[in-house]
Amino acid sequence: MGRRRFFASGADASSGGTNVNKKLLLLAAAAVSTIGLARLVQAEPTTDTLEIDGKQMITRAPAPEGYPFKEVLSGWLFREAETRATEADSFSNPGMLAVERGEEIWNTVEGTMGKSCASCHNDASETMKDVGAHYPKWDADAKRPINVELQIDKCRTENMGAEAYKFDSDDQKALTTYIKYQSLGTPVKIDLSQGDMQSWWDKGKTEYYTRTGQLNLSCASCHEVNMDKMIRADHLSQGQVNGFPTYRFNTGGMVSLHNRIRGCIRDTRAEMPKAFSDELMALEVYVTWRGTGLSVETPSVRQ
Amino acid sequence: MTFNRRQLFLLSAGVALAGAGGLTAAPARAEASATDKRISDFAGGKEPGTGKITLAAPEIAENGNTVPISVKVDSKMDGDDMVDSVMIVADGNPNPEVATFHFTAMSGAAEATTRMRLAKTQNVIAVAKMADGSVYMDKKEVKVTIGGCGG
Amino acid sequence: MATPKPRVKLPKKAKAGETIVIKTLISHEMESGQRKDKEGKVIPREIINKFTCEFNGKPVFACDMEPAISANPYFEFNAKVSESGKFKFTWVDDNGSVYTDEAAIEVS
Repeated sequence: MGRRRFFASGADASSGGTNVNKKLLLLAAAAVSTIGLARLVQAEPTTDTLEIDGKQMITRAPAPEGYPFKEVLSGWLFREAETRATEADSFSNPGMLAVERGEEIWNTVEGTMGKSCASCHNDASETMKDVGAHYPKWDADAKRPINVELQIDKCRTENMGAEAYKFDSDDQKALTTYIKYQSLGTPVKIDLSQGDMQSWWDKGKTEYYTRTGQLNLSCASCHEVNMDKMIRADHLSQGQVNGFPTYRFNTGGMVSLHNRIRGCIRDTRAEMPKAFSDELMALEVYVTWRGTGLSVETPSVRQ
Repeated sequence: MTFNRRQLFLLSAGVALAGAGGLTAAPARAEASATDKRISDFAGGKEPGTGKITLAAPEIAENGNTVPISVKVDSKMDGDDMVDSVMIVADGNPNPEVATFHFTAMSGAAEATTRMRLAKTQNVIAVAKMADGSVYMDKKEVKVTIGGCGG
Repeated sequence: MATPKPRVKLPKKAKAGETIVIKTLISHEMESGQRKDKEGKVIPREIINKFTCEFNGKPVFACDMEPAISANPYFEFNAKVSESGKFKFTWVDDNGSVYTDEAAIEVS
């Protein structure tokens, strides 16, 4: 079945040329047949509930106005039992190691002004409580949305005399995880009425549904059209972001949101936008909105 | 650079498995005999019996990088009824050895849980050596899957 | 890689003769020695190769670890306590470093 669809799409396997082209066609065929196979097997997300340290997590939320699904579902529901159990046990969750590291960084003085995060923000469990659940926000200074990573950089450069973090540095991931963790359990809700957030949401929505790359896939191709189906052995989720930064078994470490989105785009064989670029910030605004009502699960555990 | 069909298959297999925690650099794997030898060495040449030891492992591992496993040996851990050690091997990994748990009278119970890496679908084998020299084993096949999109 | 951080979890109190559950986790990449870098060179192995648990100086549990143990090694095991005291945990790195952690328990 996969092969038939491949030829029907107009791709011509006999176009010969270099062997590099042949390899690409092979990969494209694999992708097309994979998507084709995805239509055959439908799994079901678990009916389990998630409780972390006595706190009930909202993993199913009522859909906001104009939503493509009946319910907003956390990626946790789509994972195997062992993966879900690892997140539910805050001791065995390796992401908590990043939270601890983040706390260390929070209390460490850095930069020319001799301050740490704690110097201004004191106890994060109080001052950062619920804060992460409402990012991205509108940054009136930069006239664009700002997420937790960029907010950290802003504080560092403007208030600490420290350098902005290199994208995906261990410290950036750990500190972002620590701050988002202070919102564990809090329902995600961003304010689209601030500044120009609405137009960035619109831009992000357009991006979400635009096919890109040699494999010609959009976010919606997997996370909306084929949501809940299997792509090879992966159970396709709604592609929510309430758990980022997440501990991935795949990499054995913390994965940031922009890293993951870039990875998805790379896997469509498209050029990856830079982290924190306008393109990815718009997408972050829109995709965060798609998870409205889900609890922040950072640090979540995924495959 | 040209590839014949076999090379292309191995290439894509290698690429696919590279996501599984970096255990496979090449299609090499522990031969069944290498695993058998490890078990035989550990068991002091004795043929392991069944029973007494239970190995728990998922039927399907969501990601080969992190597969939770646990062992439990039915033993009072008291007097003559003592477990000396439990060895875990995997017969499809580049090297079969995974871990060896050492128990003492202070363990209270001969049980242990950890997370391991599996390069591909294979058997995980747990071998218990009792203080009196008797040996028992349990085996579970774990399917290691390839995801749709690694990121 | 930042300095490996251990964390341990066990009950603060127990009854004499009780068998308790201990959980341990340490951050460590457990570089298996199987991976290659962008130039095709093998990334050298660097793992934690041994974990030990002692109580009041006596061995309780130990594990010889191989590269097949996942990153951020996790263990769950048991200990039978008959008196109050201190647990000491050690993790031995291929590079010679030893990481330790301790936890006290009150046994009545």
